[in-house]
Amino acid sequence: MSHWIAVPIVLPAFAGVAILLGARTSLRLQRAIGLAATAALVLVAVVLLRQAYDGTVTVYALGAWSAPFGIVLVLDRLSAMMVLMTALVAICSQIYAVTGPDARGANYHALFQFQLMGLCGAFLTGDLFNLFVFFEVLLIASYGLLLHGGGRDRVRAGIHYVVFNLVGSALFLIGVGTIYGVVGTLNMADLAVKAAQVSGPEATLLSSGALILLVVFAIKAALLPLGFWLPLTYGSATAPVAALFAIMTKVGIYATIRVYVLVFGAGAGQAANLAMPWLLPLALLTLILGTLGAVAGRNLRSLAAYLVIASVGTMLTAVALGTVASLSAALYYMGHSTFVLAGIFLLVDLIARQRGEATDQLRRAGAVRQPALLGGLFLAAVVAIAGLPPTSGFVGKLLLLRSALELPSVIWIFGVVLATGFLSLVAVSRAGSMVFWNVELPTAAPDPARAKPLRVVAIVLLLALATAMAVFAGPVVEFTDGAAYSLLHPDDYIEAVLAESNAIPASVEHGGGAP
Amino acid sequence: MELLFATAIGVLVAAGVYLLLRARTFPVVLGLALLSYAVNFFIFAMGRLRVGLAPIIREGVTEYPDPIPQALVLTAIVIGFAMTAFVLILALRANFDLGNDHVDGREPEVGE
Repeated sequence: MSHWIAVPIVLPAFAGVAILLGARTSLRLQRAIGLAATAALVLVAVVLLRQAYDGTVTVYALGAWSAPFGIVLVLDRLSAMMVLMTALVAICSQIYAVTGPDARGANYHALFQFQLMGLCGAFLTGDLFNLFVFFEVLLIASYGLLLHGGGRDRVRAGIHYVVFNLVGSALFLIGVGTIYGVVGTLNMADLAVKAAQVSGPEATLLSSGALILLVVFAIKAALLPLGFWLPLTYGSATAPVAALFAIMTKVGIYATIRVYVLVFGAGAGQAANLAMPWLLPLALLTLILGTLGAVAGRNLRSLAAYLVIASVGTMLTAVALGTVASLSAALYYMGHSTFVLAGIFLLVDLIARQRGEATDQLRRAGAVRQPALLGGLFLAAVVAIAGLPPTSGFVGKLLLLRSALELPSVIWIFGVVLATGFLSLVAVSRAGSMVFWNVELPTAAPDPARAKPLRVVAIVLLLALATAMAVFAGPVVEFTDGAAYSLLHPDDYIEAVLAESNAIPASVEHGGGAP
Repeated sequence: MELLFATAIGVLVAAGVYLLLRARTFPVVLGLALLSYAVNFFIFAMGRLRVGLAPIIREGVTEYPDPIPQALVLTAIVIGFAMTAFVLILALRANFDLGNDHVDGREPEVGE
């Protein structure tokens, strides 16, 4: 059995502890350990992607307790892709952080590593309760990161975020508990098999449990009407933290795909596809609301935060359509939007630093010190996020629209996606012209410092990743097609997970005999 | 026993939700705590309510309680404790930094 799968969880855990124990006093050492660990994580993620590239599903039984009794880590194409995305965003965010933002409070790098551990764990686990545990790991680290730097706004945003997510966790447990009570297993593959056999009143109970989970994932993904925490939270976090949070909403989307396509997908008997009728209208509304929020945004940060919401709407629309092509479009769009939005959050910080007192507010103010550099980066980023050719955003939306052509809901999807695309273009053009053209001359005194080169490098890296997705769209789409296909035809996944447990008699009763 | 158990969970959830919807941080923390108790009971009950069963499997024992919900509850309790401690500290911090204990960080303009 290959141990590589456990590395994305174990490595950040050890790095985080090492930073806490060994490097409390030296920020330099913390930065070195943090950067080294994240760089190693990128390499490991590449190894894992190669391992999963041809569709192989690798199962790792923790403590050698085989599924469905023990907890397993499962690596398939979707997981490998998510881990690689996390690692890439993390390294860019960290390159930005070591230029200064990490010094504004204690333990930034330790929290960062624990956050990565939670993220990778959530993407790799094959067990529903274990997913809850990793959600909590990443959430508690994110609470710390959100509050990093202190200040009234962060504390105010922190209370909403923490309380809201704690209620979400309680709901998660209720959903998981209900599912366990009906089916008697929490292993996702086993669940997919057994959910199909449930019938009668039990099936109703199972569906209720599953839909409670949808509420939780909607909170994480910021799906309407549960996404109102996001603009305030992302708007008040430090820039590199906000960039890392660009991957946080994707955890909700990942979990939605995993649970409602794999477990409660087409083959789940009475509970088949139960989330999809809810998902499509909500996702389209989320897309509309996110775009309207972006148009109405009064500063660049909230503009970026609402663009995150809009991207969630786009992705979940694609997920809800439920075909191989649309799911593949969702996965492609997920990569694109994560990289670009993380880049935008970092860029907004750079712009805000050069605008004196106006910071990132959309009003007439002094010009930025480096209009060509920042304006160029801004243009590259917003053209991608608005979905204009030839960027990755265009490819993503094209894939989505093409996959919707044959479906009955095609009018709605075309209408909403194209209209919101235009509106978001209006929003970012307005913001860009306000910041870069509508300026008072001469520039705001006192002369602001130039952008530190490393910060620019971090942003350029993120935008380059998105560009690479557009340039190499062929191979990338081939990969996401494969991932989408195996999600909708989960036999390989289920077989791989349950293969080891065939030796154990299947008739071991749960619950001491009942029901 | 089922009725008593279900009622207890229901009362805990109702009290928890009521407190959660208060606009002050301390009741909110208490509400979260009550809610997590209710959730813990709920998970526990999902292993079915039975009394007098052997906790450890030995030869000759055919009936034993489901150990998984117990393990789940233990995990949930630990996480719940940590989260409650954290949110309590956060609430205190907010009270000091913002000068009030309203969940929005500022007093509403009209009387409550």
